[in-house]
Amino acid sequence: METLAKISTTENILKLIEGSAVPSWMGIAQQRSALDAFSLVGIPNRKSEEYKYVNIELLLKGNFSLSGFDKITNQQLETAAFLKDAILIVVENGVYNKTHSSSSLPKGLEIVDISEASSNTIFQEHFAKYAAINSDPFIALNTALALGGVFVHVAKNAVIETPIHIIHLSSISENTILNYRNLIVLEENAQLTLIESYEKIDSSAKLFGNALTEIVVAASAIVDHYKIQDEGDSGNLISTTQVIQKKQSNFSTHVFTLSGLMVRNNLTIVLDDQHIETQLNGLYITNGNQVVDNHTLVDHRKPNCNSTELYKGIIEDKSSATFNGKIYVRKDAQKTNAFQSNKNILLSDDGTINTKPQLEIYADDVKCSHGTSTGKLDEDKIFYLRARGISEASAKKLLMHAFASEVVDTVKVEALKEYIEANISKRFE
Amino acid sequence: MLSIKNLHASIDGKEILRGINLEIKAGEIHAIMGPNGSGKSTLSAVLAGRAEYEVTEGEVIFNGKNLLELSPEDRAREGVFLAFQYPVEIPGVSNINFLKTALNEIRAYKGLGPIEAKDFLALVKEKQKLVELDGKLANRSVNEGFSGGEKKRNEIFQMAMLEPQLAILDETDSGLDIDALRIVAGGVNKLKSKDNATVVITHYQRLLDYIVPDVVHVLYKGKIVKSGPKELALELEEKGYDFIKDEIGA
Ligand SMILES: Nc1ncnc2c1ncn2[C@@H]1O[C@H](COP(=O)(O)OP(=O)(O)O)[C@@H](O)[C@H]1O
Ligand SMILES: [Mg+2]
Repeated sequence: METLAKISTTENILKLIEGSAVPSWMGIAQQRSALDAFSLVGIPNRKSEEYKYVNIELLLKGNFSLSGFDKITNQQLETAAFLKDAILIVVENGVYNKTHSSSSLPKGLEIVDISEASSNTIFQEHFAKYAAINSDPFIALNTALALGGVFVHVAKNAVIETPIHIIHLSSISENTILNYRNLIVLEENAQLTLIESYEKIDSSAKLFGNALTEIVVAASAIVDHYKIQDEGDSGNLISTTQVIQKKQSNFSTHVFTLSGLMVRNNLTIVLDDQHIETQLNGLYITNGNQVVDNHTLVDHRKPNCNSTELYKGIIEDKSSATFNGKIYVRKDAQKTNAFQSNKNILLSDDGTINTKPQLEIYADDVKCSHGTSTGKLDEDKIFYLRARGISEASAKKLLMHAFASEVVDTVKVEALKEYIEANISKRFE
Repeated sequence: MLSIKNLHASIDGKEILRGINLEIKAGEIHAIMGPNGSGKSTLSAVLAGRAEYEVTEGEVIFNGKNLLELSPEDRAREGVFLAFQYPVEIPGVSNINFLKTALNEIRAYKGLGPIEAKDFLALVKEKQKLVELDGKLANRSVNEGFSGGEKKRNEIFQMAMLEPQLAILDETDSGLDIDALRIVAGGVNKLKSKDNATVVITHYQRLLDYIVPDVVHVLYKGKIVKSGPKELALELEEKGYDFIKDEIGA
């Protein structure tokens, strides 16, 4: 049965692709080999080690389209632009919408529709060079089918003070598979704050999004990266972030999964030189039947680098959360400091948490540690608060905020932090 | 104000309180003394509404209301305050936010609107002074990284902020040096009025030099075996608890 199901889901998708108009901006040859790579592995089933806690075959059962989009209204776009002081990039149904994006850009910043970037030499140098099509079927699928997205380039020494906010907003009228991608390149010594948000206009049609962002952080460049995932009850999202860091660069990422029926994050960071700093922060708050799966990989390839990872989750109802944190410390990577921590609060008896730290260390002079914990809200703390006149519900809310604050406090953009805090408060009502 | 009649309570099927009787009137200070494990903290936990303890017999009436039927928060809102023997640390919840939430929920229970921000800050300042609590502590997370003495002082600070009618101080003196003891006792005395009452649970009579009780009770194996004037505390200190055991033939 398992094999039959696998063949049918993958074949369904291949058939769908055959019968649809596929954009060709990536180049037919590259797309064809990506599609071949995808067909070889197919949609992962529950026997697949990397995807065993998300039943993707089930999510892709039934009819899907590659183009079931609805027009998005100005009002909807304005609501999605929740940061007032930001350089706005609108990616509407997987395609860059230039009209609604910021037009005046600071010196050193270039934003190009990714489907029109192929003649750009920097684009050529980096595009699809880091997310390998044979490493994951969704990278392959994306490389075969991506509709659009943006190419963002920050010139050498340019410090972009205002955060960039890429709004990925989708609206669909039938079940739709949506592939889209971005390429972000920072040259030496450049600095950028990048916020990616993912939202879906509420409807009963199911969205299966397959989003990919490659980020190149050249020597001494600094990137502060955020993902806000909030697609609601009918949104399924595979969200891949592939980062490469060069000498003395600093990359920090903060992934907030606030809603979505299924969210799978594949975050890979390659530390490809010495004296690199990397911080990974994640917060997921799940309820109902949500499935949230965070897979992270920090690949220490060279000596003298530091990485710190903190993921926290609050799991309610029948929802399930997975954290799989791989850290590779290669033979060359002496004097590596790599720390990882995953903490969860389970609020119900029916919720599930799978947490798996995976450290593979081939160097001998390193400091690495990992820790995981899963518990309920502390009864002693709840009682202490109640004994001061605070209701049980508010006591729990205070404690959940307190738990989340360790991650929320890592947000450096004040307005974004307020937005996230308000969103979390609403969740705990 | 408080009337405890034949109170029995157990935990995990083990009976800890075995028939407590106690009457407390407004304006009074009662001391409860007793050896380790006699049930002092259990009594305060049962009064504060800790769910783990099962009340198997007896009643507790507070200002005409059946206290045992109220949730812990409603007991607090009615005016019962427990200063914990071991205050918990709550990282990520600021002391100030915690107290504001508490104060406003108590006010809402009494039909009052939330306190004005500036009135709240003035109140914090005033009460901080009363217990000589460092302003920095008030802004930190609840009890996080506080020394033993600071935690106890923070309990009295909270009591000062919430102005309860009945305060139960569970070994607030233990772990305090003499200066801290004087400050804590000074705070309690300043908050004392003819309308409120205090129960001081202690192991040593030392605290009772500063907070002078109207009555001293001796709790032993879950029962009040002896009550008397403040001199009883001195006698206990002198002779130890053994004399009680002899007296009651235990
Ligand atoms: N949570 C608990 N579970 C089991 N036994 C308990 C618990 N709490 C208290 N006890 C027992 O109840 C008795 C009274 O404890 P306690 O009220 O803390 O005494 P005191 O405060 O007078 O030292 C002791 O024998 C103690 O071991
Ligand atoms: Mg005790």
